[in-house]
Amino acid sequence: MQAAKVIGRVVASRKYETLEGVKLLLIQPLTWEKAPQGDPIVAADTVGSGANELVFWVAAREAAVALGGISLKDTPPIDAAIVGIVDGINLQDWTRELSK
Amino acid sequence: MRVARVVGNIWATRKHEGLKNSKLLLVQPIERDSGKVMGEISLAIDKNFGAGPGDTVLLVDEGNSARQILNEKKAPVRLVICGIVDSLTVERKTVKYH
Repeated sequence: MQAAKVIGRVVASRKYETLEGVKLLLIQPLTWEKAPQGDPIVAADTVGSGANELVFWVAAREAAVALGGISLKDTPPIDAAIVGIVDGINLQDWTRELSK
Repeated sequence: MRVARVVGNIWATRKHEGLKNSKLLLVQPIERDSGKVMGEISLAIDKNFGAGPGDTVLLVDEGNSARQILNEKKAPVRLVICGIVDSLTVERKTVKYH
Protein backbone atom coordinates (compact mmCIF):
# COMPACT_ATOMS: atom_id res chain seq x y z
CA MET A 1 0.00 0.00 0.00
CA GLN A 2 1.23 3.48 -0.84
CA ALA A 3 0.53 7.00 0.34
CA ALA A 4 -1.16 9.67 -1.75
CA LYS A 5 -2.66 13.11 -1.50
CA VAL A 6 -6.19 13.76 -2.73
CA ILE A 7 -5.94 16.54 -5.30
CA GLY A 8 -9.31 16.49 -7.04
CA ARG A 9 -12.56 14.84 -7.91
CA VAL A 10 -13.68 13.05 -11.06
CA VAL A 11 -17.29 13.11 -12.26
CA ALA A 12 -18.52 10.80 -15.00
CA SER A 13 -22.23 10.53 -15.83
CA ARG A 14 -21.90 7.61 -18.18
CA LYS A 15 -19.98 4.79 -16.65
CA TYR A 16 -19.99 1.03 -16.35
CA GLU A 17 -22.90 -0.18 -14.20
CA THR A 18 -20.86 -1.54 -11.29
CA LEU A 19 -19.21 1.88 -11.02
CA GLU A 20 -22.54 3.55 -10.13
CA GLY A 21 -22.34 5.25 -6.75
CA VAL A 22 -18.58 4.94 -6.52
CA LYS A 23 -16.79 8.17 -5.59
CA LEU A 24 -13.83 8.77 -7.86
CA LEU A 25 -10.98 10.97 -6.70
CA LEU A 26 -7.83 12.19 -8.37
CA ILE A 27 -4.83 11.37 -6.22
CA GLN A 28 -1.13 12.18 -6.43
CA PRO A 29 0.86 9.13 -5.27
CA LEU A 30 3.56 9.95 -2.70
CA THR A 31 6.41 8.10 -1.09
CA TRP A 32 6.05 7.62 2.67
CA GLU A 33 8.50 10.51 3.01
CA LYS A 34 5.81 12.55 1.25
CA ALA A 35 7.68 13.17 -2.00
CA PRO A 36 5.48 13.03 -5.14
CA GLN A 37 5.93 9.83 -7.11
CA GLY A 38 4.71 9.50 -10.69
CA ASP A 39 1.63 10.96 -12.28
CA PRO A 40 -1.77 11.54 -10.65
CA ILE A 41 -4.23 8.66 -10.96
CA VAL A 42 -7.94 8.13 -10.43
CA ALA A 43 -8.86 6.07 -7.38
CA ALA A 44 -12.17 4.90 -5.93
CA ASP A 45 -12.84 6.12 -2.40
CA THR A 46 -14.05 3.72 0.32
CA VAL A 47 -13.54 5.85 3.44
CA GLY A 48 -15.00 9.29 2.66
CA SER A 49 -11.76 11.17 2.14
CA GLY A 50 -11.66 14.76 0.93
CA ALA A 51 -9.46 17.32 -0.78
CA ASN A 52 -5.84 17.64 0.40
CA GLU A 53 -6.07 14.68 2.75
CA LEU A 54 -3.20 12.24 3.09
CA VAL A 55 -4.53 8.75 2.36
CA PHE A 56 -3.27 5.27 1.65
CA TRP A 57 -4.41 3.20 -1.28
CA VAL A 58 -4.19 -0.24 -2.86
CA ALA A 59 -3.67 -1.05 -6.51
CA ALA A 60 -4.62 -3.87 -8.86
CA ARG A 61 -7.03 -6.67 -7.87
CA GLU A 62 -7.04 -5.60 -4.23
CA ALA A 63 -8.68 -2.32 -5.27
CA ALA A 64 -11.71 -4.23 -6.53
CA VAL A 65 -11.77 -6.26 -3.30
CA ALA A 66 -11.97 -2.98 -1.37
CA LEU A 67 -15.22 -2.22 -3.20
CA GLY A 68 -16.70 -5.60 -2.39
CA GLY A 69 -15.70 -7.37 -5.56
CA ILE A 70 -15.22 -10.94 -4.41
CA SER A 71 -16.86 -12.74 -7.32
CA LEU A 72 -16.31 -11.73 -10.93
CA LYS A 73 -19.92 -10.56 -11.30
CA ASP A 74 -19.80 -7.82 -8.68
CA THR A 75 -16.22 -6.78 -9.31
CA PRO A 76 -16.07 -3.16 -10.47
CA PRO A 77 -13.46 -2.14 -13.06
CA ILE A 78 -11.22 -0.37 -10.55
CA ASP A 79 -7.43 -0.51 -10.38
CA ALA A 80 -6.82 1.82 -7.43
CA ALA A 81 -8.81 2.32 -4.23
CA ILE A 82 -8.33 4.56 -1.21
CA VAL A 83 -8.62 2.35 1.89
CA GLY A 84 -7.68 4.68 4.74
CA ILE A 85 -6.99 8.23 5.88
CA VAL A 86 -3.56 8.72 7.43
CA ASP A 87 -3.70 10.41 10.84
CA GLY A 88 0.02 10.22 11.53
CA ILE A 89 3.29 8.76 10.25
CA ASN A 90 6.05 7.59 12.55
CA LEU A 91 9.31 6.85 10.73
CA GLN A 92 12.19 5.73 12.97
CA ASP A 93 15.57 6.57 11.46
CA TRP A 94 17.54 4.36 13.85
CA THR A 95 16.06 1.23 12.23
CA ARG A 96 17.84 1.91 8.94
CA GLU A 97 21.39 1.11 9.96
CA LEU A 98 20.56 -1.82 12.20
CA SER A 99 22.54 -4.99 11.68
CA LYS A 100 23.98 -6.95 14.54
CA MET B 1 8.18 -13.54 -0.33
CA ARG B 2 10.47 -10.72 0.71
CA VAL B 3 12.67 -9.78 3.64
CA ALA B 4 12.32 -6.22 4.93
CA ARG B 5 12.86 -4.11 8.01
CA VAL B 6 10.07 -2.41 9.89
CA VAL B 7 11.09 1.27 9.83
CA GLY B 8 7.99 2.83 11.34
CA ASN B 9 4.25 2.74 11.50
CA ILE B 10 1.23 4.86 10.69
CA TRP B 11 -2.08 5.31 12.41
CA ALA B 12 -5.44 5.79 10.79
CA THR B 13 -8.82 6.07 12.48
CA ARG B 14 -10.79 5.89 9.28
CA LYS B 15 -9.90 2.84 7.30
CA HIS B 16 -11.53 0.06 5.32
CA GLU B 17 -13.32 -2.35 7.64
CA GLY B 18 -11.22 -5.24 6.39
CA LEU B 19 -8.20 -3.55 7.99
CA LYS B 20 -9.67 -3.25 11.48
CA ASN B 21 -7.63 -4.77 14.33
CA SER B 22 -4.49 -4.81 12.18
CA LYS B 23 -1.29 -2.87 12.67
CA LEU B 24 -0.11 -0.69 9.79
CA LEU B 25 3.66 -0.90 9.55
CA LEU B 26 6.07 0.84 7.21
CA VAL B 27 8.58 -1.61 5.79
CA GLN B 28 11.67 -1.19 3.65
CA PRO B 29 13.64 -3.92 1.86
CA ILE B 30 17.13 -4.69 3.23
CA GLU B 31 20.40 -5.02 1.38
CA ARG B 32 21.65 -8.58 1.08
CA ASP B 33 25.09 -8.12 2.62
CA SER B 34 25.00 -5.13 4.93
CA GLY B 35 21.53 -5.56 6.36
CA LYS B 36 20.92 -1.87 5.80
CA VAL B 37 17.64 -0.74 4.34
CA MET B 38 17.35 0.31 0.70
CA GLY B 39 14.63 1.12 -1.79
CA GLU B 40 11.06 2.13 -1.45
CA ILE B 41 9.10 2.14 1.79
CA SER B 42 5.72 0.41 1.64
CA LEU B 43 2.87 -0.13 4.02
CA ALA B 44 2.35 -3.68 5.28
CA ILE B 45 -0.26 -5.23 7.54
CA ASP B 46 0.49 -7.13 10.72
CA LYS B 47 -2.22 -8.99 12.56
CA ASN B 48 -0.57 -11.99 14.17
CA PHE B 49 3.08 -11.33 14.85
CA GLY B 50 3.38 -8.18 16.96
CA ALA B 51 6.23 -6.85 14.85
CA GLY B 52 7.54 -3.37 15.58
CA PRO B 53 10.18 -0.86 14.45
CA GLY B 54 13.63 -2.47 14.17
CA ASP B 55 12.31 -5.97 13.47
CA THR B 56 13.37 -7.74 10.30
CA VAL B 57 10.32 -9.44 8.85
CA LEU B 58 9.19 -11.87 6.19
CA LEU B 59 6.53 -10.48 3.88
CA VAL B 60 4.12 -12.10 1.50
CA ASP B 61 3.25 -9.89 -1.47
CA GLU B 62 0.20 -11.57 -2.97
CA GLY B 63 -3.46 -10.85 -2.38
CA ASN B 64 -5.04 -14.25 -1.81
CA SER B 65 -2.31 -15.43 0.56
CA ALA B 66 -2.53 -12.12 2.39
CA ARG B 67 -6.27 -12.46 2.93
CA GLN B 68 -5.80 -16.03 4.09
CA ILE B 69 -3.22 -14.96 6.70
CA LEU B 70 -5.55 -12.24 8.01
CA ASN B 71 -8.49 -14.66 7.82
CA GLU B 72 -10.50 -11.83 6.33
CA LYS B 73 -12.11 -12.50 2.97
CA LYS B 74 -12.80 -8.86 2.20
CA ALA B 75 -9.51 -7.28 3.28
CA PRO B 76 -8.05 -5.14 0.47
CA VAL B 77 -4.44 -6.11 1.19
CA ARG B 78 -1.48 -7.54 -0.62
CA LEU B 79 1.56 -6.95 1.56
CA VAL B 80 1.30 -8.83 4.86
CA ILE B 81 3.83 -9.83 7.50
CA CYS B 82 4.03 -13.61 7.76
CA GLY B 83 7.07 -14.04 10.00
CA ILE B 84 9.88 -12.41 11.97
CA VAL B 85 13.38 -13.18 10.69
CA ASP B 86 15.92 -14.44 13.25
CA SER B 87 18.90 -14.71 10.92
CA LEU B 88 19.94 -14.74 7.29
CA THR B 89 22.73 -16.85 5.89
CA VAL B 90 24.22 -15.75 2.57
CA GLU B 91 27.35 -17.41 1.19
CA ARG B 92 28.17 -18.96 4.57
CA LYS B 93 27.90 -15.64 6.38
CA THR B 94 25.16 -15.50 8.97
CA VAL B 95 23.63 -12.26 10.14
CA LYS B 96 21.49 -12.42 13.24
CA TYR B 97 18.61 -10.03 13.55
CA HIS B 98 16.75 -11.16 16.59
